[in-house]
Amino acid sequence: MIEWSLKEGVYELVMSTEPCNEIGETVVEAFERFLDTVDTDSAHALVIRSGLNSGFSAGADLRELYRQLSSRPEKEHEAALREFIDRIHSMMDRLDMLPLTTIGVVNGVCFGGGFELALTCDILIAEKNARFAFPELRLGLIPGFGGIPRLKRDTPNSVVRDLLLTGRSINAKKAQAVGLVSQVVPVGEGQRAALATAHQATKFDREASRTCKRFTKRLPAAELAEERDIFVRLATRPILKLALKKFVESDDLRPYLP
Amino acid sequence: MTEVLNKLIAHSAKRYGADPTTLAAGDDIFEKLKIDSFQAVELMSELELEFDVEIPDYELQGVNTFGGLAEVIAKRT
Repeated sequence: MIEWSLKEGVYELVMSTEPCNEIGETVVEAFERFLDTVDTDSAHALVIRSGLNSGFSAGADLRELYRQLSSRPEKEHEAALREFIDRIHSMMDRLDMLPLTTIGVVNGVCFGGGFELALTCDILIAEKNARFAFPELRLGLIPGFGGIPRLKRDTPNSVVRDLLLTGRSINAKKAQAVGLVSQVVPVGEGQRAALATAHQATKFDREASRTCKRFTKRLPAAELAEERDIFVRLATRPILKLALKKFVESDDLRPYLP
Repeated sequence: MTEVLNKLIAHSAKRYGADPTTLAAGDDIFEKLKIDSFQAVELMSELELEFDVEIPDYELQGVNTFGGLAEVIAKRT
């Protein structure tokens, strides 16, 4: 479930899809609905946060992806993957370029597609228990929701390679040290800190804020297109299906750990 | 190493409401603390901050016990 409200010029969007805001059909549809109806004339800022203790988002809904691929003949997989990835990219690009000051509050798990969603925000506030990772290489993939170009936009390439090529996770303090996160706050303080930041944004002239955002945060369009192609090429190899099958059928209590 | 183990057990017990006297080096962390994968990720962050270390996930492969985890942490302190 995703709900949003607008109060005093600030949208607050709360994701509460159990177990950890996995990004599948339901979540994408909800974001698309939000983006279709968001009132950018009345609002100055948007806070995106999780309503769950488990975390911000554990990433793509791999169980749903596995079910969808399994229900289609092999020859349709490439077209299905491309359709899926194009739709997600469109949603992420719209969020990224929204003419509002966007603030993401990250708690707990922020992995894969969830990390990619966080990277669309202008400013990230992390609670102390936040943990960021791109574990896609474990599935024989690269992040496919626009994560690499957006991570490259905000951090040095050495950080990008470290996170991608090892699949390791980093805590909030490290994320702040490498420039991903603006503020680290105690657990449970993220919402308050984000709303305070958002209300600060409402004090500024709207046109100046929008112009500043456009000037300082460009959409890396060429790299995003390249990422989509690489993702689809890698995802149509048999290794993905084997990895998804292993993940979905595993009774391991620790599927998110290496 | 003993100091790290004691601190690790004390932190974990307090965090997840376990009796520290029932936790030992050879115990399975997940079974004893009854935590899921999300809580395990959270615990990793807390331990990194508590011990002021960085623990890459791949160094935890095959580590299930308090003793094993204490050893990984001790090597990085």
